[in-house]
Amino acid sequence: MWKDNLRSIYYIALKDMRTYYLKAPAISWGIVFPVAWILAFYLRSPQDFKELVPGLIAMTILFSTTAMEAVVINLELRLGSLERLLLAPISLSAVLLGKIVGGVIFGFMMTAAITVSSVLVLGLQVNILHLVLILIPSLFVFSSLGALLCVLVKEVFEAQTLLNLPRFLMIFLCGVVYPVSAMPPVLKHLAYVLPLTYTVEGVQQSLGSVHSGNIIRDILVLLAFIPIFIFPAAKLLAKKFA
Amino acid sequence: MKKDGANAISVSGLTKYYDGLAAVDSIDFEVKEGEVFGFLGPNGAGKTTTIRMLTGLSQPSDGTAQVLGYDIRTGITFAKREFGVVPEVSNLYDELTALENLVFMAQLYRIPGDQKIKRAEELLSTFGLSQRKDSRFSALSRGMKRALTIAAALLHKPRLLFLDEPTVGLDVVNARLLRSLIRELNHQGATIFLTTHYLEEADFLCDRIAILVRGSIVVLDTPDNLKQMVKWEPACEVRFIPMPEKAIIELGRQKGIHRIEKLGDNVRLYGESVPLLTEAIFNYGSQKELEIAFINSVRPTMEDAFVQLTGVNLEAMLVEKGGR
Repeated sequence: MWKDNLRSIYYIALKDMRTYYLKAPAISWGIVFPVAWILAFYLRSPQDFKELVPGLIAMTILFSTTAMEAVVINLELRLGSLERLLLAPISLSAVLLGKIVGGVIFGFMMTAAITVSSVLVLGLQVNILHLVLILIPSLFVFSSLGALLCVLVKEVFEAQTLLNLPRFLMIFLCGVVYPVSAMPPVLKHLAYVLPLTYTVEGVQQSLGSVHSGNIIRDILVLLAFIPIFIFPAAKLLAKKFA
Repeated sequence: MKKDGANAISVSGLTKYYDGLAAVDSIDFEVKEGEVFGFLGPNGAGKTTTIRMLTGLSQPSDGTAQVLGYDIRTGITFAKREFGVVPEVSNLYDELTALENLVFMAQLYRIPGDQKIKRAEELLSTFGLSQRKDSRFSALSRGMKRALTIAAALLHKPRLLFLDEPTVGLDVVNARLLRSLIRELNHQGATIFLTTHYLEEADFLCDRIAILVRGSIVVLDTPDNLKQMVKWEPACEVRFIPMPEKAIIELGRQKGIHRIEKLGDNVRLYGESVPLLTEAIFNYGSQKELEIAFINSVRPTMEDAFVQLTGVNLEAMLVEKGGR
């Protein structure tokens, strides 16, 4: 049974890549928005840009994965094709994981493009192993977060609007543009409840922007966030079809 | 987990509440292997809710059901390997071609690698879609979309096929083609569970029909038995050549005829019995030296049975979802 589920996760993700990766909401929120932000920061202050790269890579993961979840889940909820998947002899969790993996792959492609371009253009030093170890759980965390919020609503635009709440909250609180260490204590505590903080810190360490911190802790915390988002998402999806 | 038996579906006390209201209210029925079983009822009667429970898309509030011997609460994933579902909406993927859609569904149903494309092409040929195999789903006509949706449900050669309002929105030609196909599938051994609100369709296709009204089964029997339950005044229809202008008045004076109405080129006569009506018609024809172009005894239709047995307004039955 688990083999069937694993195989189906792969087929669903593959189908989503072919079907949805060029949909307008995926391009606008998952590609155009992060690229526009990155360019805006670069043009405003090219000399300080290196410091911002880890935060902007983290923001790219956040936007690309969540944008894709809104497309792969909400388009199918609206058209009824998600029901078709649920009628197949696979578990609901496998269907959901297939959708999450679709977001992870899209996020990976976007993040890889931004990271490689930044490293080549700016000549950054990279610890590739650390970077991969922080990026992979991060992609799953934010794809799962996207899935959790997307199953709450039906339409893609509703999902994108709902997703903007945690997206912008995390952009401003998690050290993407403003260092967490410089924040007032209350906001600092809040920042460490949010997963993007750990992604930003992990990427900072991988790119040598900071030399303090604990990348193992960041990876473990991110791994812990995955089930925190996936289990309620599966419950909510099951409830939607109850 | 699996119980053996000759029933494809066994349902006992199946109930579904939405917001405290019973959409399906403690229904019991059995569907035999190889049978075409019709679930007939107006919109909102609970047909689709029942299918959703039997196919594992939603959980019952109460009651039990076995599908192909598997309990729907504990073994539905195993049952899904052996049944196919054609939902009311043709919900394949617009961006994929006809062939890609079928291959994707074949992947989900564990059809081995080398057989996926072969089986998909076989079904495309069966449904006359071979020429359109590389067309995107979005580019197909409504009838073709419906046909492809049915093909997708047949990829794994299911023993049981759930069809939810299969002909809704189809033109006459495609609806007829689809009905023939359902018959053909049944002749090949598949059990068919069909929901419809088209009375004639149920009459034509089904071995037995359950009529569902407001979540409860009000009657379950063969189409012929349902029609025989109708209280019916014996009637005959006739057309003479030529049809005299005073035929209605003159026929009304014949012995055994209670009343007459004109229906297009024919007249319908109601009386004590069909033999008496026939005798009156032939007597009148020979008196007036008229040729009888058409004569038929009128039997109750499924519409008559439905209206009498359920008390539901026929117009409510014929309104499609969305109020059309």
